[in-house]
Amino acid sequence: MRSQFVLQEIWIGLRRNLTMTMALIVVVAISLSLLGTGLLFVKQVDRTRTYWQGKVEMSIYLCIKTSPEPQCQLNGPATAAERAQLHAQLASMPQVQTVYYVSQQQAYSEFRQYFSNEPALVQDTQEGDIPDSFEVKLRNPEADYKIVASAVTGAAGVETVVDEMTILDKFYRLLDGARNAVVIIALILIVAAVLLVANTIRLSAFNRRRETAIMRLVGASNFYIQLPFLLEGTIAGLIGWAIAAGLLIAVKSLMLDSLGQYFTFNVGLSVSDLIEVILFTMIVGVLLCGVTSFLTLRRYLRI
Amino acid sequence: MINFDNVTKVYPNQSRPALENVNISVAKGEFVFLVGPSGSGKSTFLRLVLKEERPSEGRIHVAGRDLARLTNWKVPYLRRRIGCVFQDFRLLPNKSVYQNVAFALEVIGKHRRFIRKVVPEVIDLVGLEGKHDRMPDELSGGEQQRVAMARAFVNRPMILLADEPTGNIDPATSIGIMKVLDRINRTGTTVVMATHDAAIVDSMRKRVVELEYGKVVRDQSRGVYGQAY
Repeated sequence: MRSQFVLQEIWIGLRRNLTMTMALIVVVAISLSLLGTGLLFVKQVDRTRTYWQGKVEMSIYLCIKTSPEPQCQLNGPATAAERAQLHAQLASMPQVQTVYYVSQQQAYSEFRQYFSNEPALVQDTQEGDIPDSFEVKLRNPEADYKIVASAVTGAAGVETVVDEMTILDKFYRLLDGARNAVVIIALILIVAAVLLVANTIRLSAFNRRRETAIMRLVGASNFYIQLPFLLEGTIAGLIGWAIAAGLLIAVKSLMLDSLGQYFTFNVGLSVSDLIEVILFTMIVGVLLCGVTSFLTLRRYLRI
Repeated sequence: MINFDNVTKVYPNQSRPALENVNISVAKGEFVFLVGPSGSGKSTFLRLVLKEERPSEGRIHVAGRDLARLTNWKVPYLRRRIGCVFQDFRLLPNKSVYQNVAFALEVIGKHRRFIRKVVPEVIDLVGLEGKHDRMPDELSGGEQQRVAMARAFVNRPMILLADEPTGNIDPATSIGIMKVLDRINRTGTTVVMATHDAAIVDSMRKRVVELEYGKVVRDQSRGVYGQAY
């Protein structure tokens, strides 16, 4: 197999249909980027969900001096006895897996950490402005929340009961929606890419029909005749993929990482996640172009 | 070398067979003229030898191999042992003389060193020395046909098939073409040439096989084109 000859023929073929090849590269690049972006979104949501799996589902904030709620205004800040009673009550409930107490001091230092990006806010707040709380982890978050919440709402010393699970719902919904939109567009574009590959190969085969006829006459093996076309399609696909890979890296660093700034916890996607997605899109791209080229050749190239 | 055993070929959608009960044997090193009016089956004969078409009936043996038993992926290797020349030359227009001849070797995977050695030899053999870098549109019809013959012969085939090679060439130049074919035949290559060119056939006095409506009507060694009835 003379590789130099094959490479030459591929180069000639690519150059001859330059405009079609470029169209092919662009479509492959965009469709793979969108597919990859969709996958990145999926991974991001997974990560976030996994992170929050282990965390508390429920926070019970206790009354402090500055609490605005009417029962706190009426009864004043939570007393030690009230705290002890709440803790005992929670610990005794079968739905509660774990409960731990976060003191005002702890809450304040966590607050300062969360809002380290906003010095003005931190400056205006003092210890004692942030309420202490009981952080509760439920055995069965979906089912148990209502039971436990109704048990402690309105109890002595309780300011509010917060469902931590809903906080991220909006985030999940946003990412899921974005993912769906992106993947649908990606699939449409992939269909377009397949059609373009088929058309490009067909045009290429037509352009080279003289050479192909002579190759057949002279006894070139079928594989040798088909190879330049197969590689043409695959190489154009790979170039498209390389562009897509670049775009995916940009998506990750610009979009997802900057989104992550708003969260103090670290659920950013790692480099290995990105590499996984990039490799997956490469396989999809190569298979797409290779298989389509092969099938188109079988139809249009007389052997 | 070529053996047609009761071969019949009917093309689909045609009532009359292109070839009917043809029995021909061509020995190694022979020179055979295949003559007959248009549509008599000359081109069909050549295509059957190349396995471009399959016979409807009968068996064909080329170089001892039964073509019916030849698998599809082995056909290219058969074709490497057969050279072809056509009436319309079939050169690649954007390759030079050298590149056109070299193409035949490149696509079957020969090394550059081998090509560089063998191609100039065969270009000289056909009488085109010094014209390696000319493009086909800079050549006359006769010269283009010589390039085609060089390409057909460069891989030292056992058989050379020529389908009306002098069809587009004036009588004087045709003589030069036939001289090249004769030279090729003398090296031991079997030559089968389909032609209308009566003058050529008469002057060379080789074996003549005449076809009419797909049937062999005459098979004569040292024959002439037409028969005086």
